[in-house]
Amino acid sequence: MGKTLSEKILSDKSGADARAGDVVIARIDLAFVQDTTGPLTIRQFKEIKHGTLANPQQTAVFLDHAIPSPNRQLSNDHQLLRRFAEETGCQIFEGGSGVCHQIVAEKFANPGDIIVGADSHTVTAGGLGAFATGMGSSDIAVAMALGKIWFRVPEAFKISINGKFQKWVGAKDLVLHLIGVLGADGATYKALEFNGNAVANMTVPQRLTVANMAVEAGAKVGIFPSDNVTRRYLSAQGRGGKYRALQPDADAEYERAMVLDASELEPMIAMPHAVNNVTTVKMLAGTKIDQVFIGTCTNGRLEDLAAAAAILRNKKLNPRIRLIVAPASQQVLSKAMRIGYIQILVNAGAMVLPPGCAACLGVHQGVLGDNEVCISTANRNFKGRMGNPESSIYLASPATAAASALTGEITDPREVA
Amino acid sequence: MPEPVLRGKSFKFGDNISTDHIIPGKYASLRSDLPELAKHVMEDADPDFVNKVKPGDFIVAGKNFGLGSSREHAALVIKMAGVSAVLAKSVARIFFRNAINQGLPVLICDTDKIDAGDEIEVNLIESTVTDLTKNTKLTFGKIPKVMVDILNEGGLIPYVTRHGNFEL
Repeated sequence: MGKTLSEKILSDKSGADARAGDVVIARIDLAFVQDTTGPLTIRQFKEIKHGTLANPQQTAVFLDHAIPSPNRQLSNDHQLLRRFAEETGCQIFEGGSGVCHQIVAEKFANPGDIIVGADSHTVTAGGLGAFATGMGSSDIAVAMALGKIWFRVPEAFKISINGKFQKWVGAKDLVLHLIGVLGADGATYKALEFNGNAVANMTVPQRLTVANMAVEAGAKVGIFPSDNVTRRYLSAQGRGGKYRALQPDADAEYERAMVLDASELEPMIAMPHAVNNVTTVKMLAGTKIDQVFIGTCTNGRLEDLAAAAAILRNKKLNPRIRLIVAPASQQVLSKAMRIGYIQILVNAGAMVLPPGCAACLGVHQGVLGDNEVCISTANRNFKGRMGNPESSIYLASPATAAASALTGEITDPREVA
Repeated sequence: MPEPVLRGKSFKFGDNISTDHIIPGKYASLRSDLPELAKHVMEDADPDFVNKVKPGDFIVAGKNFGLGSSREHAALVIKMAGVSAVLAKSVARIFFRNAINQGLPVLICDTDKIDAGDEIEVNLIESTVTDLTKNTKLTFGKIPKVMVDILNEGGLIPYVTRHGNFEL
């Protein structure tokens, strides 16, 4: 019997014949923390007797969730993380470098790698064919100390995506639709493994968007095959030598198979307060909004800013609206400045924040007021997520978010583009 | 090892209680001050929970408890509130690992059969939940051996400190 992508990678890294349901101990290629989970991880790490880093170069600290720091407590947490990096020699990415998951994609993640991070959206790197999953601080502390961690080998769902996306419909609409179908716990503990001719045509940034939200259906990983698209991305990032082709075996065993037709998809949107509360943008057209947020590890990449700029070029956003744009990394910001996307967005009236998580998690930089409504390109709309349980969050694509910024109400991008 | 027999009152919650309900992200600045952070446990699901819960009590939830963030603080503040175990129909993956790693038992059973305020007794050795108010008994599902071993050591850090490695 053949193997799924997850079984192949976990076999390779554990030395065992890993099959769904087994528990294995696997070597890891990268363990990382960010600034809101890192301090507890470090405290846990220091409690482990003789705790030293197994591989400093394969350990990373990212300052991204609360940068620039909004208060002294978080500034002190940042100091703790910087001291840890100095003491141990691990890699550190300072505030302004970008969101951890984007930097992991740009600088670390390779096909066949195992990546664990103290952040649930660690799954993002599955877009590059890595087995990447989020864990808590204790697990990451142990992964950093031992260079390995235990995994239950997940059963897999085969998600086949065929056909061609309509204009202004893309990866975000696809993954919102998928979560709507699966439900918020429809894939708990499972691996989502993507294939099909639409997948072969998706860029790596688009794959990262889909993989990023696998966890919103409860999945442990969302993983794409590694192919020529992967090879070109790695070469462009200066890591061409790390490319290896990676496909599941033809006779791999899947717990469930789903086939989606990309050409039938429309712009999709998740309604408050659950990511699986999904409908078409058309159904909600006219819903008044107060704030628009374009960015995050889901949709803060160059293609996302390009889509927003295409819609807002030579236009002004609705004067009732504030539009927050946070590029996902320094690399994204630099390219977006060079190409001119940032100028277009600023001309339209956007405020541009430094690369980081920004308004996504309710710490700062865009906390909502009572009864306010935000349309966001992020991945979560739980009650209170953006800092106020009396506010509402809709999740949609950058094109839908930009179109809505233009009109001041939820708007199908095809209506204004 | 947690006490094998746990006893307390049921605090009921619905489906899909996220880590943002358990400990909102807006309190990120309190994460290095755990006693202060713990004052906000379950705040966006039941603002009065922290004042009502007593040591030994249970969180009794619906399906997909703990979905969302990887913040281990969610499991930690529940434990700090004195909750002796979480009972749920199902639980999100990362929260499940985090709870066990903090030595907090998570037990999967049919929580529809338990009402708010019921007196509950959990027997971890016999895998049973007894509703003393209703005089009914439920059984809960088994967890992987590695998680039982971690729980028995009081959490992952004590486990690794003692064993130096994983033993399957």
